[in-house]
Order: sequence, then C-alpha cells, then structure tokens
Amino acid sequence: MMLFKLSIKNITKSIKDYAIYFFTLILGVAIFYVFNSIESQTVMMNVSKATHDMIKVMTNMLAGVSVFISIILGFLIIYASRFMMKRRNKEFGIYLTLGMSKRKISLILFIETLIIGMISLLIGLGVGIVLSQFMSILVANLFEADLTKFEFIFSQEASIKCFIYFGIMYLLVMIFNTFSVSKCKLIDLLYSSKRSEKQKLKNPYLCILIFVVSTCFLGYAYYLVTAGIAKLDTAEKIFIPIIIGCVTTFLIFWSLSGLILKLVMSRKKVYYKGLNSFILRQVSSKVNTTVFSMTIICIMLFVTICVLSASLSLKNSMTSNLEKLAPVDIQLTKLLDLETQNIEIKQDEKLSIKETLEKNNFDINKNLKDKIEFNIYEDENLTLGSTLGIKLEKIKEKYKYLRYENKELIIKISDYNKIARLYGNKEYSLKENEYLIIADFDSMIEIRNEALKEKSKITLNNKNYFPKYKKCSPGFVEISSNHINDGIFLVPDKAVENLSIRNKVLIANYNTKSKEEKQKINENIQKVIDEMWDTTSLITINSKIDIAESSIGLGAMVTFIGLYLGIIFLISSAAILALKELSESSDNKERFKMLRKLGTDEKMLNKALFRQIAIFFMFPLLFAIIHSIFGIKFSNIILETFGNEKLLPSIIMTACFIIMIYGGYFLLTYFCSKNIIKEK
Amino acid sequence: MENILKIDKIEKYYGTKSSLTKAIDNISFEVEKGEFVAIMGSSGSGKTTLLNLISTIDKVTSGHIYVGEEDITKLKGNNLNKFRREELGFIFQDFNLLDTLTAYENIALALSIQNESIAKIEEKIKTVAKYLNIEDVLSKYPYQMSGGQKQRVASARAIITSPKLILADEPTGALDSKSAKMLLERFNYLNKELKSTILMVTHDAFTASFTTRVIFIKDGKIFNEIRRGDETRKEFFDKIIDVVTMLGGDLNDAF
Repeated sequence: MMLFKLSIKNITKSIKDYAIYFFTLILGVAIFYVFNSIESQTVMMNVSKATHDMIKVMTNMLAGVSVFISIILGFLIIYASRFMMKRRNKEFGIYLTLGMSKRKISLILFIETLIIGMISLLIGLGVGIVLSQFMSILVANLFEADLTKFEFIFSQEASIKCFIYFGIMYLLVMIFNTFSVSKCKLIDLLYSSKRSEKQKLKNPYLCILIFVVSTCFLGYAYYLVTAGIAKLDTAEKIFIPIIIGCVTTFLIFWSLSGLILKLVMSRKKVYYKGLNSFILRQVSSKVNTTVFSMTIICIMLFVTICVLSASLSLKNSMTSNLEKLAPVDIQLTKLLDLETQNIEIKQDEKLSIKETLEKNNFDINKNLKDKIEFNIYEDENLTLGSTLGIKLEKIKEKYKYLRYENKELIIKISDYNKIARLYGNKEYSLKENEYLIIADFDSMIEIRNEALKEKSKITLNNKNYFPKYKKCSPGFVEISSNHINDGIFLVPDKAVENLSIRNKVLIANYNTKSKEEKQKINENIQKVIDEMWDTTSLITINSKIDIAESSIGLGAMVTFIGLYLGIIFLISSAAILALKELSESSDNKERFKMLRKLGTDEKMLNKALFRQIAIFFMFPLLFAIIHSIFGIKFSNIILETFGNEKLLPSIIMTACFIIMIYGGYFLLTYFCSKNIIKEK
Repeated sequence: MENILKIDKIEKYYGTKSSLTKAIDNISFEVEKGEFVAIMGSSGSGKTTLLNLISTIDKVTSGHIYVGEEDITKLKGNNLNKFRREELGFIFQDFNLLDTLTAYENIALALSIQNESIAKIEEKIKTVAKYLNIEDVLSKYPYQMSGGQKQRVASARAIITSPKLILADEPTGALDSKSAKMLLERFNYLNKELKSTILMVTHDAFTASFTTRVIFIKDGKIFNEIRRGDETRKEFFDKIIDVVTMLGGDLNDAF
C-alpha cells in the first residue's frame, strides 16, 4: 500500500516532466485506434461491392502496417521511459540507501507504468474515438461516398486491438525497467548527476576531411537516385544509395557538430555577442553526444516527408487522370492469335465483337452508343528491337531488361483518328510512306525518341516507312487510370493489308445518363462476357467504372498508409527530440540560474532557450528536407506512370503536417523548458 | 569617502504570522569605496540572507538598501537585471561556472551580455587574467581545473565588468587552505591595486583576517564590528578569534 501511495505521489509530483511522455502516449493510442477503426467507419457508407472489397484489402494492409507501427511505438516508449528513469536516478539511490530492496523499486516502477499506461490508454481511446468521427468524413470523401447522415461510430474491434497491442508494449517497458533497476549500482545512481560532461573538441582537420568525403559520397547517392537512376537496374541495388545516405548522414552530423562550433568560434564578433557562446556550447555539447539519435531522427523525418508527399500526390493524380485517360465508358478487346486447335474458337475469331455480342443475346444498339470497332495489327518482323534501328545497341546497354523481341502494335491512321475524335484527342495525317508513334509513358517515349531522331525506318510488306516526326506524339487507345501507353505505330491505311490481326477492339459509351443504369449495363456486359470466356471467345473488359473504383481504392489505400506511417514517424522523432531536451532541463536550470545571477535579462534568457531548442529541432529537419528533395524526385521517377502533375499541393500538405506536429512538439518543449528554468 | 553601500534598517521575515522567523532583524551599516569587508556569523545567523538581499536575489520585508545613490529595493524586472549586470560582481562558494564553456568564455560571457565589443573583451580578459594569475588556464574547461583555479576564474568574471561592489559568498568554502590563501591574497591585491570594494560572507576567521573590517552577525542582528587599522594580519586574526569566542555557539566548534 505504501508503494502504491509512493507511486501515485511520484506521478502527481512529476506530472509536468511527464507531460510530453504522456501526450505522446495518448497521441499514439489515438492514432492507432483511428486507423484501425477505418473498416467500421465504412460499414455505414453507401459504396459498391468492388469498393467494399478494396476496403477489405486496405484494412488488411493497415493491420499489417499496425504491427510495424507498434514496433516503432514500442521502441519509442522504452526509449522515453529510460529517460524518465535517468531523471530519477537520485530518487532511487535514496530509496536504496534507506534500505528498500531493488524488487520494491521495480514494483514502484511497475505500478507507475501501470497507472500511466491505463490512464493514457483510456484517454487515448477517448481522443481516438472523437478523432475517428472526423476521420470518417475523410474516408467518405476518399471513397467518394456520400455521407448522408452523421452517425456515431465506435469500433469494438479496434479498441480491443489497442488494449492488446499497447498492453504488450507496456509489459515490455515493465520488463525492461525491472531489468535496468536490477542492474544498476548505488554509486552510479547517487553520483550520476555530479559527473560533469567532458567536452572534447574534435580535430578540425579530421572533421573537414570526413565532412568533404561524406558530402561527396552523399552527392553520389543523390546522383544515383536521380540522374543516374539507370545504374540501379536491379532491385537490390536500391540499397546502395540508402546505405550511403544513412552512413553519410551520421558522418556529416558528426563532423558538422565539431566544425560549426569551430567556425563560429573563429568569428569572434559573432561568438562573443550576447549569449551566443552559451547557446552554441549548449547545442554542440548535446549534438556531440546525440549524433546517433539525430541521424535516426533525420532519417525518420526524411521518410515521413517522402511518404506523405508521394502518397498524397499519387492520390491526387490518380483521380485527376481518370477523366482524361478514360474518356469512354467501356473498351472490349478480343484476343486472337492464339494457337488453338478448337474449331469453334477458330470460327468465332472471324466474328467482330459486335457480332459476338449479338450472337450472345446482348442488345448492343440499345445499350451502347458512340461505338467504334477497329483492329490492332502486328507484324512478325516489327519488334521493339527492330524499330530502334541503329540506336539498338546503345539502348540495350542502358536498359538491359526491356523486352526487345516483343511485337509492336499497329493501327490504321483512319481508325486512330476516329478514336481520337471520340476521346477529344489530336488527330494526325500521314503521307503514304510515313508513320508515327503515339505514346504517353515518359521513359518509353525517351527511348523511342532516340530512334525517331535518327529517322529509323520500319518495313511492312517490303515497303519502307519513315517517321513523320522526330519524336513520339501524344495519344493513347486503351482506357486506363495512368499513362501506360508505351507506343503504338500509326501507319497509312494501305500498309496494314496482309498484316495479321492481333486484337479486335470495341470502344463505346453506355447509352444512358444515370449512374445506376450505367452500373447495370456494366454488370450485364460482364455477365455475358464471363459466360463466353470458357467456351468460345476470349474478350477482356476494361470499363471506366472498374478503373475508377480500383483507382479510388488504391488512392485511398496509399493515402491512409502514407498518413499512418507519416504521422507516427513524425510523432516519434519529435517526441525523442523533446524528451532529450527536457531530460537535460535540470542541468539547464542550474545554468540559467547562474546566467540570471550574472544579470542576464529575462528576455535574453528566453531567447537563448528558444534558439537552443530551435537549432536542436531544425538541424535534423533541415537535412531531412535536403534528402527529401532528392527522395521525392526519385519517387517521381518510380511512380511516373501515375502522373506527377500535382506535386506542389501535396508538398504543401506535407509541410502543413510537419509544421503542425513537429512544430507543436517544438513549442511544447519550449514552454515546458521555460517553465522548468523559471525562477521559483 | 564615498559610500558604495548603505544599508538602512532592513528586516527580512520568513514564514507566516503564527510562526515568524526574523532572519534579518533591523540591520544598518555602510560600506565605503575601496573597503574589504567580511560578514561573519554561524550558520543560521542570517549572513547569507543578508548577502542575498544586497544582491537583489531576495527582497527585504522593510528598510532600504542603497548602492551608490540608487535604492535597489525599489528596482523591478529588467532594471534589476541591469543593476546586477552592471553594478555587481558575484563570487559563489561552488564557483558557478558554466561547465560547457572554457574559462575564457565564462569570463567573456559577463561582458558579452552587456554587448561589449570583442576587442574590449579580449583586452580586459588579458589584464584580469594577469591580476588573478590564471593566464595558463584560460582555454581549459571547468572540469579540467582545480578548485582554486575555478574560484579565481569566477573572481575574474566578477571583477571584469568593473562593478561598484563585489559580493562573495563563502568564496573559500570549497577550497583547501593553500588555495584559499592564494585566492585571498588576490582579493587583497584587487582591493589595494584596483580599489575594488569587496563584501564577503564567511564563517572562517582565517578568511576574515584578510579584510579591513569584520561585521559579526548573530540571530539576525549586528553583534559586533572590528576594524583592522594598522594591525598585522596575525594581530587582526587574534582579535577576530576573541570576538568569535565571545559569540560562542557553533562558531566556537570550528576551532
């Protein structure tokens, strides 16, 4: 009972010191709950079955991510509790000298962790439940469902999950605490605060050398992920820039912490102005001992910035692409050239898609309008390799893994112009010995342009054709959510005579305006075609409704996972910084007290404190931002099929998140430390 | 002679009405420019409280303290800080050096918070370091110095701003006798050569014997006051011991 009282007293006494720890725990629990309760938030919504399936996938993904998140939070909590322990070394030392057993001290800690854990869990859940109501608005928005009526949502599943996951984390903390109490020595506990920190100035020449070398390596890593991306031609090689980045970040922090001090010290006018020397020493003494955690924080911030901005821009461009890249409701493609012996299928291959559908009792005129049917041709000799002409060897060297033996797609110019008119795209005209390539997939355009610049000719039926333009022209045939057209050859109508037909394609709009009717037609066609699939004709469907649903689902999934990871990473890194800063507040208190005795103005002191904390927070952020510039460029290259036209808004959004969370922690730290150093 | 410090009937009470402790009970005295004064008393006699009041760290319950012409009991906020910064120099028992700064930087800080130019800072530190014999420890950190060195660095920091009054709280308290003697000789030197006015609190008769005047405090009141005049240090020391014996109590146990 006495122990229980002692624990309660300890908590209430040091509630101010615990504030940030407590705040972080609550935030962690709340966010954990919010993202795990998304499924129950969508139950009420009026969405299609396909979207529901997508939500299922997303929930599973989020559950997986949650395990990862809980590992990160677990580390954070253990780290934080270690800090709290350190602050109380003396207290434990006194208990021990009074004859309290280590087991009892462990018990005190155990009770404290239990109380703090329970309270933070309950408050966190409460905050989470409130936040999840707002979240459901965002969820509805992302899935483009109408939120007709507001309903209070409570997810039992998610709250139980919270209890289990955080219960395990707290248990680990307790075990860890018990372990470290049983290991500590009385002398260390009593005199740990007396030991004055040794300040060693690093050898400046060594610092400069390491700084220059690591900057060069970092530059190389930057080069690898942007301009030199072609060098990363296998998946494993992506680890090269990552490892270089991590190691050089550490080394740059290590060398800079010495160099900056040295540099400012040599500029005496700045160094000996006001409290500058004090601030700088404060910061550099900490940077000296915390280079490693600074590195971790910097990398976490970097990941946060990249993940947030990439996921937000992905979502934006996916939805905005849809109108442009899927201008018609449906595209049916009949696959031919299969080496089948089945006579029935062979017979069927001769029929057009229109005829096939009508044969299967689908009223095509009633259901579809704006119909265009056309053929896609291919030629035995027209492969990707052959179209590249004299540039082939050079390109092969650069891009080893392209499939150079693939046959190219060929469409008649007149067919294409009909399609383009329907899509609202640009139409083209060709002379009888000309061809052109339409494409919208950037990296293939680059490759093809190399060949087009050389006026590479192609040969069909022993007749030569020359490129009309020196580069690919914009355009596409297949409807999609992304820029995936890697090249279609448009040739004069006469050129396709005697060429074999690869696919027959029908594009059309549904003959109705209402959303429900469209959905119905979509399902009907799906049914008819599914029935045919196993027996006679192989027709694939590509419908705007399906594309929209999958891209919305994918967009939402990416957004949620990005937000989840990003926010947790942000909180973790900010919390580590805040705790580190506050754990030294008792030392700081003495120092500031001394400055006050020297007659330093209160304003000057607060400014010094603010600057000290600001530098501490900004240092890793600044480097993270520099890393991110290249990181975002890299993710752009990787994700370019999705389009990247809306990068700026997502970067602004990311900045808002960082300012809100990271900035919030910064201010909280400042006010807490100000409170601690205040004259009582 | 010009009065540097004039203390006029000050009182300091602690506690509530029901249990009142008079830490300082109606004390008045004056310190002239260029004096080296020790305040002696046993622990609990109120000497540290007195020093805290003069240094504006604590506030009087009643009475006035004048430094120069100014009544410092009326000062508030930033004027208070300005006063501490420009008129006072502090030396503490536990040195109170910033452990993150070198000796040089510790001394420079006292000037840089007054926005002194770098050229002046450099020049002043050079002179002061010579006075206090700390030229060879200037680039060291506090943890690399001995107690005596630390206290001399702290003294350098206290006098570098040329304050009207230097306040020292048990400056030899944490030093061995050799370092203590060396420090006190430096104080004497500062007092004689630079005409610094020093007010020192101590419970040690040996330390007090270096001064020109000793004020004894008991139970918050002035008990006695003796001046050195033309006596040698030894004679003055014996005189102090006599008073201490008269005072009785705790102080007696010290010998």
